[in-house]
Amino acid sequence: MTALARPIRRLLGRSEPDPTPGAAVPEPLPAPVAEQPGVAIDIPETDPLFAFLQAAPAPVDLTHLELASPALDQLRAAGVALVVPLVTQGELIGTLNLGPRLSEQDYSSDDKRLLATLAAQAAPAIRVAQLVREQAAEAAERERYAQELKVAQLIQQQFLPRHLPNLPEWQVAAYYGPARVVGGDFYDFIDLDEGRIGLVVGDVTDKGVPAALLMARTHSILRAEAPRLVAPGAVLARANDLLAEEMPDKMFVTCLYMVLEPATGRVVYANAGHNLPYVRTADGVVEFRATGMPLGLMPGMAYEERTSHIGRGDSVLLYSDGIVEAHDPAGEMYGFPRLKADMATELAGTELLDELLDRLHAFTGRGWEQEDDITMVALRRSPGDGGMAAAAAATPEIATTSEVMAEFELPGALGNERLAMDRVAATVATLDLTPARLERLKTAVSETAMNAIEYGSQGDPAVPVRVSVRRTPTTLQVRIADAGLGGAVPSPGEAELPDLDAKLAGLQKPRGWGLFLIQQMVDHVEVVREGERQTVVLSLDLGGAGDGQPA
Amino acid sequence: MASPLDAHVQPEADGARITLSGRIDRDGDAAMTAAYAAARTTGAGPIVLDFEATDYINSTGIALIVRLLADARRDGRSVRASGLSDHYQEIFRITRLSDFIALDDDGTTPSPRNNGGAR
Repeated sequence: MTALARPIRRLLGRSEPDPTPGAAVPEPLPAPVAEQPGVAIDIPETDPLFAFLQAAPAPVDLTHLELASPALDQLRAAGVALVVPLVTQGELIGTLNLGPRLSEQDYSSDDKRLLATLAAQAAPAIRVAQLVREQAAEAAERERYAQELKVAQLIQQQFLPRHLPNLPEWQVAAYYGPARVVGGDFYDFIDLDEGRIGLVVGDVTDKGVPAALLMARTHSILRAEAPRLVAPGAVLARANDLLAEEMPDKMFVTCLYMVLEPATGRVVYANAGHNLPYVRTADGVVEFRATGMPLGLMPGMAYEERTSHIGRGDSVLLYSDGIVEAHDPAGEMYGFPRLKADMATELAGTELLDELLDRLHAFTGRGWEQEDDITMVALRRSPGDGGMAAAAAATPEIATTSEVMAEFELPGALGNERLAMDRVAATVATLDLTPARLERLKTAVSETAMNAIEYGSQGDPAVPVRVSVRRTPTTLQVRIADAGLGGAVPSPGEAELPDLDAKLAGLQKPRGWGLFLIQQMVDHVEVVREGERQTVVLSLDLGGAGDGQPA
Repeated sequence: MASPLDAHVQPEADGARITLSGRIDRDGDAAMTAAYAAARTTGAGPIVLDFEATDYINSTGIALIVRLLADARRDGRSVRASGLSDHYQEIFRITRLSDFIALDDDGTTPSPRNNGGAR
């Protein structure tokens, strides 16, 4: 019962003096509360009077009522003599409270009958009004929540790096996948002197706007202090002192900060309570260990600083909790050992991150709602001239230097192609595409996602479509992967070209424009098939003939 | 998010104006069919499709427009479009719909060969 979940607001009214004592007609009802002073009295549902009124079939005269009830005492103290319960469908939703008759006579049975009739008619209407008000409040709360999520996402995206560092002889890749309720993950690359570079991966406790704001503050501190202090232990100690001064209760930041000398592979790192990076070497996967308290808990903390070396061909993975704390449908956690084992692969850069995400998704199963932000930064040092050349030759350009701007899944329900379109558009908002290019991309994404939903998912909301948005300095890619339920899906370029004359003459069906439009809307379309599954890769050239040019 | 299609028909001179609001996609089939059924009773003049309040058209929406155009041509009615955004004007050109539907906002008219009204 909704009404029982909250205290009920009672309104006290007083009747006007009766000008005709002894009149046969009932007294006029008390004047509306708005016209005269009254008091509001809450009757908690735990008060015995609550149950008494809920069960009462008629107005209740308080004069002789004996009940150990604080609310009853309050009502009497306020001068209430008669309480008319407003009950609908067995639920007490309010009361009409009356003072003593000014004639000083008791309420007559006619009075009580009239009041009971009034209450019986008013109660359902009042309940409807209450429900409408509650629904409006709930809708406003949902809107506020959605708005807060949007703000958190905007803040988060604002502070993520726009570009990956260009390090000769190194393969660098990063992935940031926000949860629906945005967490506080962040990563950063900070240019330092002598060609060194600072790598940051961090995680703020809590979610939503507070976490996003704290992430922004931490990001700013690290950006300001890292070039000045350089030494990772000193940088984290300084950040800790600054954050401790202003840290809200029960919030803190974990952070791994590593300074890399690309030319030599030397790394110096310190850790503020963050996950230990994994390093894959020829001898297996090991951890870079260093200890330190999370940032912001208390000032004056020291952070252990360790030095190590990344050998040729070795890979490093920095990551956040979101991946290791993901759960499968049975509630088992992905865990550190599984991630460590998955690191034992020859893959590097974006391919490594893709592989780790694929394994995670295989573990969590279809329809998994990501519980927390997932952030990963992968580095690999070239195995040597020959090895690097071979790796570069085998890896498409987008994979070597791409930044994953977003990755998400959508239920395979028709209509969700518009969600894909809107999310991709929001993701690429920072790229300054011309309006015409953006509109074309939106149409291509919408059409491709609609095919993936209609064919690959067969319109089943439980069968998701995966979308990722990646960029390099020269290319924007949107990858839309279907689930392959519908078998081989016609690819752009394979389908029959739509012929409007034939359609108007009834020789072709009116439909059949989607694949044609996809091809017309973007610079390149590529289809990758794995068994029945199909991934359509839509590419836009950035900064070339498209952006900044007349559309 | 765009709302489902609402198609409002208003007689105009010897023809009709169909004001299309919301999104034109598969969900707009019934609204588009009903709108044309109402518009075809308005006389023999042109049918103007007003896209000013349309915020999304996908390929299934294009198919609905193609079907309406085919019906109009069978009925000997010409079709014009107004209020199309630059993007959807481009799509009308790519699909060649603009060969058959005059776009009021870009100053072009369909070629006489393809002009609506020919039986």
